[in-house]
Amino acid sequence: MSTVKLDITKEHCPMTFVKTKIALSKLQSGDILEVLLIEGEPLQNVPKSSREQGFNVLEVSHVEGLVHKVLIEK
Amino acid sequence: MGNAEITPSLQPKEQKKLSIISFSGDFDKLVATFTLATGAAATGYEVNIFFTFWGLDAIKQKQGRSFVGKGFLGKLFGFFMGGLRSAPVSRLNFCGLSPRIFRYLMRKKNVATLEELVEAAKALEVNMYACEMAMHILGLQKSDFIHEVKDVLGVATFLDISEGGRTLFI
Repeated sequence: MSTVKLDITKEHCPMTFVKTKIALSKLQSGDILEVLLIEGEPLQNVPKSSREQGFNVLEVSHVEGLVHKVLIEK
Repeated sequence: MGNAEITPSLQPKEQKKLSIISFSGDFDKLVATFTLATGAAATGYEVNIFFTFWGLDAIKQKQGRSFVGKGFLGKLFGFFMGGLRSAPVSRLNFCGLSPRIFRYLMRKKNVATLEELVEAAKALEVNMYACEMAMHILGLQKSDFIHEVKDVLGVATFLDISEGGRTLFI
């Protein structure tokens, strides 16, 4: 089980959840994707669309300023 | 009089499927096509793009202007349709200056460029198809397109494939 980090704090729609989905598709079952993202559209859409596609959202936490962290398990 | 039981009409649940007919081949409309396609694919939709007429320009293998196609007129159009890099904007093209300005703005504001959106569509396994009729007119073959193009289709097959989902014409 490994953790892969993805920083999408500088991305805009649709690349926020597009890059997340592509990163998730490359993981093995049980791996975790640690996503750094910004409040607003990314924070609303990334955890939601991950859950809808059957991934396990382990944690959504505030890092600092506008940056949040989301842990997604495949 | 007894109470009439009202049965709600059973609407079949719309599948998570999006089909796009990419007709225009304009830079801005291709950005819209691939934004919708990648966004939908990233949220679990099955996505199909049917490239026809000017839209065929977006999936040409050979970038840049070249005399691809059969016959004099076919080759002439093949020359003008120089692939993604020479796609014009649908309004205010300013003789090809606008796509360059847009690409610069997109890179500067860190918004995905058209090329990045196309690569993301390939990575997300968006189904891409070419229109048989338009290919026939322009004398193009499947080998003239990028290898991600799944198949060459006609209207009937496209209607089958897009059944049960939403279809957009861009």
